[in-house]
Amino acid sequence: MSGITQGIRTFRQAAGERWRTAPRAVRWSVLAAVIIFFYALPNKEFYQYLGPIPTTESNFGQVLFTISIYVLLAVGLNVVVGFAGLLDLGYFGFFAVGAYTVAVLTSPSSDIKTLWPWLAVVPIAIALTAISGVALGTPTLRLRGDYLAIVTLGFAEMIRIAATSSSFLKGQRGFNQIPHPPGEYADGRPIFGVLDARPYYWLVLTLILLVVFGVRNLTRSRVGRAWVSIREDEDAAQLMGVPTFTFKLWAFAIGAAIGGLAGALFAGKQNFVNSQSFELLNSIIILAAVILGGSGNIVGAIVGGGLVAYLIERFRGIEVLGVELYEFRFLAFGVILIIMMIFRPQGLIPNRRRAAELKDRRKEVTVGG
Amino acid sequence: MLLEIEDVSLLYGRIQALHGISLTVDEGEIVALIGANGAGKTTTMRAISGIRPIASGRIRFAGEDISRLRADLRVRRGLCQAPEGRGIFPGMTVLENLEMGAYTRRDRAEVAKDLARVMELFPRLAERRKQPGGTLSGGEQQMLAVGRALMSRPKLLLLDEPSMGLAPMLIQQIFSIITEINAQGTTILLVEQNAQQALARAHRAYVLETGRIVKSGTGADLLHDPAVKEAYLGVA
Repeated sequence: MSGITQGIRTFRQAAGERWRTAPRAVRWSVLAAVIIFFYALPNKEFYQYLGPIPTTESNFGQVLFTISIYVLLAVGLNVVVGFAGLLDLGYFGFFAVGAYTVAVLTSPSSDIKTLWPWLAVVPIAIALTAISGVALGTPTLRLRGDYLAIVTLGFAEMIRIAATSSSFLKGQRGFNQIPHPPGEYADGRPIFGVLDARPYYWLVLTLILLVVFGVRNLTRSRVGRAWVSIREDEDAAQLMGVPTFTFKLWAFAIGAAIGGLAGALFAGKQNFVNSQSFELLNSIIILAAVILGGSGNIVGAIVGGGLVAYLIERFRGIEVLGVELYEFRFLAFGVILIIMMIFRPQGLIPNRRRAAELKDRRKEVTVGG
Repeated sequence: MLLEIEDVSLLYGRIQALHGISLTVDEGEIVALIGANGAGKTTTMRAISGIRPIASGRIRFAGEDISRLRADLRVRRGLCQAPEGRGIFPGMTVLENLEMGAYTRRDRAEVAKDLARVMELFPRLAERRKQPGGTLSGGEQQMLAVGRALMSRPKLLLLDEPSMGLAPMLIQQIFSIITEINAQGTTILLVEQNAQQALARAHRAYVLETGRIVKSGTGADLLHDPAVKEAYLGVA
């Protein structure tokens, strides 16, 4: 057993080393190939050759859209949890704010009947979620660790309960006829219709690339440095002159904005939003995805979000001994997380610093800190 | 006076940790603050650097009242603390840690100069520049904390237990470095349990007991004070 894990470890290290030392051209072409693969993925002409990978029991384009939304959320939450080290248990709340902003401003079933087009509302949704992030963060980011987690958990529940019981937000009846994104094919059919989920997937995929590019640049700037220092030792960060509160607030606002964007995309695709779309469990799943993938690493967050959403869908419709596997998805999920925490707490694709921090913390515990 | 502390009290919840402390540090001095465990030495440091808010009293730095100023803004005024023990960034490399020290500065050329100077003061850090801070030994981490604070080019350097947990030889070394930094023009306020060394190096010193200053004087005076000798130097 230890021989196998040792083998895997050496392979992984060798692979990582090779990737880091590979010439720029090689890395860019690999990256380009991966991106092309994901753009091609929802086409049947392509995925029929991929064996058991596509989900057979449901529309694969639809599944890919769901996965892409999870990935976008994981990338956003990673800014908060992974970079700034703020434990946010209510991230899905921001997703809800984004989706409801779109619903209220565009749907004919809304009380205010503004009926604005989808595209015009997206920036408003993003701005509003960022503002709600700041509003939640200003009083709470002075708290640390567990306290912050509880407050954020409460926030997401507040949003959900408000959505369920307020007549303005329509509860379970929800908002319908939310407009789709604009655009038409040459023959006049809308690009973003009801039947074909692929254009939505491509749209989200493109936005993921943009967001990742922006976030990556941010982490390499002074802002990123400040986040790392806050995560590693908040007191020390302050002693080095880092305005810790301001930067925590920024992380919160940026994370929230990305969540709001995901919510707006979701509403535009689904065409219908009601209070059942925002269960607490979703917040936990996204957080688990970030931790599973490797908190603090953008690629890790993408892999984590993609893997978790994919596996949940993959189990759908598979029966073993008369038992529907899908029913046990969260059990399996919990077991995997526990195993991960024991053997690989830094995640599948860890952040280099993060791994060193965990090691350091463990040392501190054994020394008797 | 570079630093003036007037009648400062500080509370941890309902427990009063400092009972009206007053002390001063003049430009160019090394001032030591000695006392037993729990006397309030580190708390005093935290009050000065702004990590803990004070309940009453006043802190003046270079003529400006900074009692209510945020900690990060105090750093920009030229007041930098090397925290005790493991206050370095464990996941960042030695070099990245040192660069964090210069976070408030924009003058790249001067930062590079200071980096070279720190590397010269602490050759061990130069050897390990690419290593994560968390993998350093206790003594090396201590040097890193001091070096990192120097990178902000402070007017007043606050050192919290720079000799804690170090081997005797390293203690000698770190104290001679402190003297050297001071000779190069940095004022130093030093908290120490190692009273012998601290008093020998400091121009002046204060003795802290249960949150109150009970004695002050020049380093040499306190070194020969019978009560101090008995309580802190382990000789009757």
